[in-house]
Amino acid sequence: MVKDRSFGSRLFDTINVSVLGLFGILTILPFIYVISSSFSSVPALWPKDFSLEAYIYIFSADTFTRSLLVSVYITVVGTLIQLCLTSLMAYAVSHKQLPGRQVVLLMVLFTMLFSGGMIPTYFVVKSTGLLDTLWALMIPNAISAFYLIILKNFFQAIPEELKESAKIDGSHEVGIFFRIVLPLSLPAMAAFGLFYAVGIWNQYFSAILYISDASKWPVQVILRQVVIMASGAIGDSTEVEQVVYYSNSIKMAVIVVSTVPILLVYPFLQKHFAKGVLLGSVKG
Amino acid sequence: MDQAHAPMVLEERPLPVAARKPLLKRMWKERWLYVFLLPGLIYFIVYKYLPMWGIMMAFQRYMPHQGLLDSKWVGLRHFERFFSEPEFWQLLRNTLYIASLDLLIFFPLTIILALMLNEVRVELFKRTIQQLVYVPHFLSWVVVVGICYVLLTTEGGAINSMLQALGFEPIPFLMSEAWFRPMIIIQIIWKDVGWGTIIFLAALAGVNPQLYEAARMDGAGRWRLLWHITLPSIQSVIVVLLILRLGNFIDLGFEQIFLMLNAMNREVGEVFDTYVYRVGLLQGQFSYSAAVGLFKSAVGLVLVVIANTLAKKFGEEGVY
Repeated sequence: MVKDRSFGSRLFDTINVSVLGLFGILTILPFIYVISSSFSSVPALWPKDFSLEAYIYIFSADTFTRSLLVSVYITVVGTLIQLCLTSLMAYAVSHKQLPGRQVVLLMVLFTMLFSGGMIPTYFVVKSTGLLDTLWALMIPNAISAFYLIILKNFFQAIPEELKESAKIDGSHEVGIFFRIVLPLSLPAMAAFGLFYAVGIWNQYFSAILYISDASKWPVQVILRQVVIMASGAIGDSTEVEQVVYYSNSIKMAVIVVSTVPILLVYPFLQKHFAKGVLLGSVKG
Repeated sequence: MDQAHAPMVLEERPLPVAARKPLLKRMWKERWLYVFLLPGLIYFIVYKYLPMWGIMMAFQRYMPHQGLLDSKWVGLRHFERFFSEPEFWQLLRNTLYIASLDLLIFFPLTIILALMLNEVRVELFKRTIQQLVYVPHFLSWVVVVGICYVLLTTEGGAINSMLQALGFEPIPFLMSEAWFRPMIIIQIIWKDVGWGTIIFLAALAGVNPQLYEAARMDGAGRWRLLWHITLPSIQSVIVVLLILRLGNFIDLGFEQIFLMLNAMNREVGEVFDTYVYRVGLLQGQFSYSAAVGLFKSAVGLVLVVIANTLAKKFGEEGVY
């Protein structure tokens, strides 16, 4: 690349880099504030007095530890369920010769455009007996139509010869799926698994809708109680839950604890998402 | 196209007796695939299609203990009520307001940020900034709104402490109508502006470098390169993403808005879904709120279909 060394161009570079740098800092500044305030008795960008009190409190209080366990449980089990259902179904509809395949695909696509809505879905969840169980946080959104289509396209892109050779060796579809297709798609499965896991870890509204038993709330709901509803602004005047007030450092610590898992998997996510977004623009 | 379809048509032509057996045979041959398909299919039928069947409660006086089949039909009464309530206009106004802020502020910002990143010549700096600004996309809305709360609260929040230190009165951001929309849009920007650049950066990476070389030979400066080569080459991506975003505006930010709502800002903040939740599940007006939900879904469906048709007209592939 021929470099443009004119004054205007260098001025542009300087401004550009400064603005971007500033924006980058503004992006992480709230994190730094929250993290350091969680270690400090007074909220500050740099802890005034380093203390682990807030964390000790959180990890010794039943409400928090239980909600963390709930979140970990639904994330692990839910992701496994989602991956199994999605990959099995995607593999089935990736076969062009399967009678009825078009109908199933149309059914799936239509759910991306139209839904029954919150109230009818609530009654279905209720009548299938999931209300107030952790299944309500894993089953009603078990398959993302979007991921299903992408995975179907991915399976279709696996060379037919590989599957044919296994067929000649006498494997039937189950064998081909587990011995050929699945090992080949491990990176893709890891990527979808991560995205599903982040989705479950981050969800809160399903729990508000379907779970009234506070001992089954995931950490996001507890976070809402502690930080948002207790900050004077009570989300809904009609909600009758008791609001308990917590110190600032505890609020900050809860935010940190519910964010850390995301930050831990971020490097892995990052490897996949650019590809994922581009894959997503591939038509189903 | 005709050629490709010809053999299929031949195969599927209904030969009265013979055709049925091959189909069953073909299905039997693929029985394992149906076993694979079944759990997912059941999921879609139960959790996606049964709720659509349940929409009929919008035309009934639905009583949970009576069920869908025995509840009394009331025709369009719930819709008539909704359209005559002042809330209808309030919801529409709030939705349109927030959606326009999104389109006029957030959307151009993603393009500007992508263009700025594209101009950075130091690869390491570019990648570092990219990785920083992508992070918030993966945080939950509860965390984003929670951070906003601890920063803006009047009880020891960072911003108000600063204001007070400078001698100003604290501002009750979280309890005010005037600050509701700015806070919503700033949260959206913080969470997703970086993420929004990905698709533009991918398009920018695909621009033929020879175009730049040729223009530079002709003496074009950076502004002219940006204006005459970079922007035109991502123009179709911009148009398509804009259309698709327009098509989705009615679904805008429910999870976020739900968290930010309180009694003080409901007037400017309530949108269709939060209203459905409040009157439906909290006040128990199931049929009426299902009707509101159906109105929202139907408008959403029409908009998405129009948006996709338009997007395809611009030579790009839509979402379906």
